[in-house]
Amino acid sequence: MSIQLECYNLAKTYETKRGPFSVFRNLNLKVRTGEFVSIIGHSGCGKSTVLSMVAGLNEISEGAIMLAGKEIDGPGPDRGVVFQSPCLLPWISALNNVLLGVDQVFSHATKAQRRQIALHYLSQVGLADAASKKPTELSQGMRQRVGIARAFALEPKMLLLDEPFGMLDALTRIELQDVLLKLWAQKQITAMLITHDVDEAIFVSDRIICMTDGPEAEIGEVVTVPFERPRDRKTVLADPRFRELRQHIIHFLNERSHMRRSLPEAAARTPSSAAA
Amino acid sequence: MIATTSSTDDTTTPAPGAGGPRKSFQWRGLFNPSPIAHLLNKLGLGFFVPYVRLAAGDEPQKQVRQILIDILLPGLAMCLFFAFWAVCAKHVKTDSTRIPTPAETWSAWQGMQAFAADQAVKESEFGDKMEKLAAVWDKQAQAAKDAGDAAKAAASAERAESYRSKEYAGPPTFYHQIGTSLITVTIGFIAATLIAIPLGILCGLNRYFFIALNPLVQIFKPVSPLAWLPIVFVFVTALYDPPASSHLFGRAMFISAGTVTLCSLWPTLINTAFGVAGIDKDHLNVARVLKLSWFKQLTSIILPSALPLIFTGLRLSLGVGWMVLIAADMLAQNPGLGKFVWDTFQNGSTESMAQIVVAVFAIGIIGFFLDRIMFALQRLVTFEDRAI
Ligand SMILES: Nc1ncnc2c1ncn2[C@@H]1O[C@H](COP(=O)(O)OP(=O)(O)O)[C@@H](O)[C@H]1O
Ligand SMILES: [Mg+2]
Repeated sequence: MSIQLECYNLAKTYETKRGPFSVFRNLNLKVRTGEFVSIIGHSGCGKSTVLSMVAGLNEISEGAIMLAGKEIDGPGPDRGVVFQSPCLLPWISALNNVLLGVDQVFSHATKAQRRQIALHYLSQVGLADAASKKPTELSQGMRQRVGIARAFALEPKMLLLDEPFGMLDALTRIELQDVLLKLWAQKQITAMLITHDVDEAIFVSDRIICMTDGPEAEIGEVVTVPFERPRDRKTVLADPRFRELRQHIIHFLNERSHMRRSLPEAAARTPSSAAA
Repeated sequence: MIATTSSTDDTTTPAPGAGGPRKSFQWRGLFNPSPIAHLLNKLGLGFFVPYVRLAAGDEPQKQVRQILIDILLPGLAMCLFFAFWAVCAKHVKTDSTRIPTPAETWSAWQGMQAFAADQAVKESEFGDKMEKLAAVWDKQAQAAKDAGDAAKAAASAERAESYRSKEYAGPPTFYHQIGTSLITVTIGFIAATLIAIPLGILCGLNRYFFIALNPLVQIFKPVSPLAWLPIVFVFVTALYDPPASSHLFGRAMFISAGTVTLCSLWPTLINTAFGVAGIDKDHLNVARVLKLSWFKQLTSIILPSALPLIFTGLRLSLGVGWMVLIAADMLAQNPGLGKFVWDTFQNGSTESMAQIVVAVFAIGIIGFFLDRIMFALQRLVTFEDRAI
């Protein structure tokens, strides 16, 4: 299968008041077309930084990101992004929020066609009846559905999700995972999801990328998830391999994520020593 | 970072149209007062909410109590104020004049109204008289035309027309002066808005533009209208030569309006700049991901999200403008309220002092209404829940 996304020797250094702060270096990652990968790791290890760099919203310090064989240069509608807060524009309706992107991507289509596309995706996320509502009139979960519809409606090459369900309660989260997986399977879009939730990562992904703690984070381990698609939540949860994977990842996060393969070197590069 | 700045504070969804914090109320009365109360609150007319609720039969005792408080407390303060005023009227005097009593002020107000009514009668009588004269010349024109004397007919018709177009040239009444002041402040305020909003948007969008402009703004912002006026005078006199016939849109009006503009554009400019600069980074990221064109970004993201602050600025600007206008009218001799106050003051009698007090109240009440209008507009464009 072809490679959709490749991060090559990627590094990110933030310039801070206390000198340069290296979030990660030499990050190498390949994602196949149509693959669903998750990134998991402790808070502050640089997950959002990686994702926003792929989205083109965050400058690349070193290395390169290739999307479908071309180096990315800034943000673009070929990558649909869903953030933890859906960032809807509060002054326009759900439909118009989706249309904002659709108008941009399908600029050659007629107005009616574009409206139809937006409505299609809204109904795919179960919001056919709420299309004309303003974001203020929607619940948190419904807003995030609009966010997902907006990202998919761009028909992007890649979907980037940064803890999209982090603010939702457990039930809504499960509902939205199903919505997400359904649309993903339909559209065969390559997806990258950042999450804190080990169960979520296992249930939705083909591969899970476990990052070690920052600063100077690195990819600690890549776990392949063996379950067949389409996945049924009950069967997956009942599978003994699920519990095994879960144990394995939790063990990684608890015990091994703060250990480094290159300890002495890393200690020399912490920000306090850089400032001194 | 994007995800780390995302707000998590609000997870509740207000039901559309729900009125304020009272949620458990089930109306049994004539109608549901909540939507009306909500609208009134939104428009800054919260004073009337208890009346609406009372009419709907919603907890009458509580509403009556609220109404009494709303009336009695300001009433009490008002009474104290009038007492203080009456004492002043008794004791504060110069050789020629003194502070008028409330009663004298009231009768001065009645006198001003009577004068205005009288002028209105005179004006319509004048119109009738001119019309009669014109009719005479019309007849002559017709006669001359019938007699085949075209030149005489044309001359007569012209005379008739000149009578018809004559305007009554009586002294301006108080209402005319209010009208002139309102027109002047409107011109000045619109000009200030047209200058301040585009400049504010540029300052908010572009850091360098802001840095460049900031010292000028800071220096000119505190300048008094009295200092601007001579400069505006030179500009208007050099650039604007009104036709002699127009006594409304004369130079004085534009000098006044220009001064209002220069003093009132700053709050709008600064608030617009902050509104535009303070746009939610998440919203701008949406624009960046979608690669929206500059114009689309402006109309669909920047302006809507800056609108509440822009209107805050406009409201402040109009307040400043109205305050400045009175001073500008005085100096520029624009026949509005300011000139009225000054001319009447020159008059020097206690009677004219009473008229000045009337003008003070008029200026205050008009200013209050202008502020209410702006407040209502401001509330209309403000979103209740900005953290989405
Ligand atoms: N704009 C920034 N300037 C400086 N440091 C930053 C900035 N954004 C993030 N960081 C730091 O980079 C590290 C990684 O952040 P982030 O990618 O948000 O982590 P995660 O999403 O994994 O929780 C954190 O230590 C954070 O403090
Ligand atoms: Mg994050």
